[in-house]
Amino acid sequence: MGPIASSISRPYGCRGWIVLGAFAFVLFVVFPLANLVLPATSPFHVSAYWVTLIGKIMCYAIVALAIDLVWGYAGILSLGHGLFFALGGYAMGMYLMRQIGRDGQYRAELPDFMVFLDWKELPWHWWMSDQFWWAALLMVAVPGLLAFVFGYFAFRSRVKGVYFSIITQALTFAAMLLFFRNETGFGGNNGFTDFKRILGIPITTDETRIALFAITGAALLGTLLLGRWLVTSKFGRVLAAIRDAEARVMFCGYNTVHYKLFVWTLSAVLCGIAGALYVPQVGIINPSEMSPANSIEIAIWVAVGGRGTLAGAILGAGLVNGAKSVLTQVLPEYWLFVLGALFILVTLFMPRGVLGLLSRKRAA
Amino acid sequence: MSAVMHATAGPGASGATLGRVATEGLDTTHGTVLYLEDISVSFDGYKALSKLNLTIELGELRCVIGPNGAGKTTMMDVITGKTRSDEGSAFFGQTIDLARLSEAEIAHAGIGRKFQKPTIFESHTAFENLELAMKADKRVRRTLFARLSSEEGDRIAAMLERIRLTDSASRIAGLLSHGQKQWLEIGMLLMQEPKLLLLDEPVAGMSDEETERTAELFLTLAGKHSLVVVEHDMAFIAKIARKVTVLHEGTVIAEGPMDEVQRDPKVIEVYLGR
Amino acid sequence: MSMRNTLLALILGLLAHPVLALDAAAVAKLAHGDSDEKIEAINALVAAGDERAAPLLQALADGELFLAGKRVLIVRGDESTDALTGEKVSPTPTGLEDVVANNRIRREIGAAVAGLKLSSPRREARLAAAKELAGGADEAMLPRVKQALAGEKDAEIRALLELTSATIELDSSDKALRLEAIRTLGASSNPSIKTLLLPLVARDKAGQYAEPDSELREEAQKSLRAIGGRLAWGERAGLLFAGVSLGSILLLAALGLAITYGLMGVINLAHGELIMIGAYSTYVVQNLFRAYAPEAFDWYLVFALPPAFAASALVGMALERSVIRWLYGRPLETLLATWGISLVLIQAVRTLFGAQNVQVENPAWMSGGIEVLGNVVLPWSRIVIIGFAAAVVAGIWLLLTRTRLGLFVRGVTQNRAMASCVGVPTARVDMLAFGLGAGVAGLAGCALSQIGNVGPDLGQAYIVDSFMVVVLGGVGQLAGTVYAALGLGLVNKMIESWSGAVIAKIAVLVFIVVFIQKRPQGMFALRGRAVEA
Repeated sequence: MGPIASSISRPYGCRGWIVLGAFAFVLFVVFPLANLVLPATSPFHVSAYWVTLIGKIMCYAIVALAIDLVWGYAGILSLGHGLFFALGGYAMGMYLMRQIGRDGQYRAELPDFMVFLDWKELPWHWWMSDQFWWAALLMVAVPGLLAFVFGYFAFRSRVKGVYFSIITQALTFAAMLLFFRNETGFGGNNGFTDFKRILGIPITTDETRIALFAITGAALLGTLLLGRWLVTSKFGRVLAAIRDAEARVMFCGYNTVHYKLFVWTLSAVLCGIAGALYVPQVGIINPSEMSPANSIEIAIWVAVGGRGTLAGAILGAGLVNGAKSVLTQVLPEYWLFVLGALFILVTLFMPRGVLGLLSRKRAA
Repeated sequence: MSAVMHATAGPGASGATLGRVATEGLDTTHGTVLYLEDISVSFDGYKALSKLNLTIELGELRCVIGPNGAGKTTMMDVITGKTRSDEGSAFFGQTIDLARLSEAEIAHAGIGRKFQKPTIFESHTAFENLELAMKADKRVRRTLFARLSSEEGDRIAAMLERIRLTDSASRIAGLLSHGQKQWLEIGMLLMQEPKLLLLDEPVAGMSDEETERTAELFLTLAGKHSLVVVEHDMAFIAKIARKVTVLHEGTVIAEGPMDEVQRDPKVIEVYLGR
Repeated sequence: MSMRNTLLALILGLLAHPVLALDAAAVAKLAHGDSDEKIEAINALVAAGDERAAPLLQALADGELFLAGKRVLIVRGDESTDALTGEKVSPTPTGLEDVVANNRIRREIGAAVAGLKLSSPRREARLAAAKELAGGADEAMLPRVKQALAGEKDAEIRALLELTSATIELDSSDKALRLEAIRTLGASSNPSIKTLLLPLVARDKAGQYAEPDSELREEAQKSLRAIGGRLAWGERAGLLFAGVSLGSILLLAALGLAITYGLMGVINLAHGELIMIGAYSTYVVQNLFRAYAPEAFDWYLVFALPPAFAASALVGMALERSVIRWLYGRPLETLLATWGISLVLIQAVRTLFGAQNVQVENPAWMSGGIEVLGNVVLPWSRIVIIGFAAAVVAGIWLLLTRTRLGLFVRGVTQNRAMASCVGVPTARVDMLAFGLGAGVAGLAGCALSQIGNVGPDLGQAYIVDSFMVVVLGGVGQLAGTVYAALGLGLVNKMIESWSGAVIAKIAVLVFIVVFIQKRPQGMFALRGRAVEA
């Protein structure tokens, strides 16, 4: 069995579909039942905490898939995708802030933070922010457009490798500084929080939570299927070729900028959707989501699971964030040690991630 | 048997695969497929090519030899658009000015180049390599929804046979032997149906048997394609060459049939040795 | 009471030696009179101009003036002096009566003492007095000031006195005097003068000018412009200095990175933490000095340099041997692995030293600054760091061009395989070069500890900037790093002066993003087939 990338055209086959089906069953049937129907005293009851936690991790998994598409399959290491995630989150956040209506602290039309800053009316970029369809449009269009413009200039000028990664860091850092300012009109360093309703429905009830959970699960499955379709198509093969030998692909007559731009913009849009699903579940969005450190962490999720495999991205996101949840409660001072060690060990000893280890065992 | 490839295409044969490139088509009415006239290139003061003149006839198999640093690779770079010449002109056929086109456009116009190191896609199978190289609409949208038609499948199978890789079709290209990789790369080049093939040291690192088979392959290609082969292996050259061009310090010092060139005193002094 | 006092004064005056004594009448009034009379007396003493009245007035202000029957005494502790003659009186008489001074009197005394000191034979006293008066004086002082001006030869003191007299005259009723005063004030570069002149050109709520005379207004406007122009130069100089200072800091921070990335192609996201280690080792040395050699505390900084270099260099070399060595040629993986190392280092420092910032004090010779153009102060600490940065750059340059190690490093950078073939111990050179880069980062940390906070997150603040400098300056050339650092420092400060620090940072980041795309090899790139990430 050759390099793991041989699964470009031959992913998991029958076994994969079974796993997928089981996953979907747990997601859409077991969890809702265990949370809504079973009483809290039952040992199988799934508490709201777990629903939110798994929902959150699923959002991260979508982001990890997005990164795997651009990094594992196209060879572009982005260390700034947290920005697209946050932008989608802010789009949803704006809508949710409007949904608070007059139930905020100041009982005013305007969101609390605007009243606090003594603003008299909504700034221009809050236009139509009370319409859900507009928010839905923004959460896709803003990250997508930004990614398109940035990617167009970057790929066209043939910026590659480490330099590209560094300028994505610069981009997200600059955006974070911008959003920290109160004048930018996004809540400053407090961001948006204290949401009350979504689409008129109260946001903190069990039913809403499960509904968001299920939608996120569907989005995750959808992203996985989309990714699979993409990488098993001829497009995916071209992308992998670009990752391995871009000059050669250009020689074959492909416009590699277009291909990279397509997958790059798609990944940004996916991140935006993930961010928009994330915010109503965790109840807050602030500029620290755009921190450079956040974006670098996404890369390690994919590396841990095994890049270039799609399933590895989901696995890595689950493993690392699961460990983070556990450790930050049990041994908080040690979490950063563990995370740092993870970065080092994975790059040194597990370049193909967990899935790579498993497949080697299988071959041996 | 492999389908006869009509390489001398008229106008419009090179379809709109890049979508935007104006395709005037190759004009070979005068029987010449490549003109290089007074090409000069210098890098930071070092003169790599100095008033180089070269003419390749349609269907010819030309060998270019010369010591290291003679400018052979730079010459190829100029033809394929990787490097722009400081002076002189380069024409593909009568009308296609190579100095005006980008690398991709030149590749698309029908010039294929094989590099010294085999640059195939190591993680893909031999079949996939050929599929990627195949002449087709290479825009993003078409590629997303592309499905391999049976006709295309046949074409790939035929090529695999030509380059003797039928048994290795599903093998990961990274695992092929060095000689097999070289053939795969030549196959990929041929999938693009080029009119002119530039081959930079194609048999370097090959065993004797592989070299023999490569020579046979080239001989079958000549006529339908035009080939320019840069090599050091004199035995190989002797097998395939009709006309040989000798380069030295960026310019042509001798040109003609193999035995004539081998006796040229300048060539002996500079390259072949006494 | 007054009659008696005057009689007393006459008698005392007759009895006293007029040449050696102060004006007896005034002294008597001071001791016995009410507040108004006391102030009259003060003014009289000032007018007389005898500097010896100063201790007397000061004593009154300090509550050390007493009455012993008819005599006026200054009593300090055990010693008493006759206020009139200055002679010592022993023993101190009993039954002393306080001479009281209220706040108003004390204020008058303050200015009066200064006025008297204007005629002191010692220059420092005169200078100090002139400075104090320039800070605010009322009309009563004017004759004294003019008198001092007439006799003053020292240029600096004259300038101050002129300023003071002009300030006082500004409020006079004589128009010609006021015009003259405005002109004199216009020649100053003291920013607080502006507040004096601004009311002359201000409008009240109705839109009317506060100052009715248009000639005065025009003159004031001219003077304001002149002062503004001079201040602007001061600000420009300050800006230039701030830019160069920031540039020198960026240079120190980025130099180590330039060595490791530029010369070796290794991305080191833990570079910031190497800086932090240098800063913390400086902290440790400071504490050692405090504990064991407090008299030599001022020199701890010099002794902190070698440990800072060594600590970071050792950590750097350990990293190179254990992790980075295995990742050469895989820059993206090196990026991730060094990020992990930085997390571990930050957390380790947090565990060892606590998550809070730690205190690192400047030694005395680094505190304070020099004043330039009146309104700009250039801190010594920053001047020293500029010099230090220059020295470090020179040192590195020498090391790279004049030593064998430098030769090896350059060789390995340009062609590793060939260098290895000719016998260069490439593995050892890698380690030493990395150690060198790390050591320089340590030195940067030592310098940074003097001008900023030292905490576990110190490195994070500088890593982005350092990378920007290296990327902008181009890879493989130290000159590029120098120019890029200075350029970024100046540009950053210039933008900051227009739109604030945050916008400046964002603008610089955006600029870098655009620049890299236009010219990915940086400003001064190594020509040829060299570094490609």
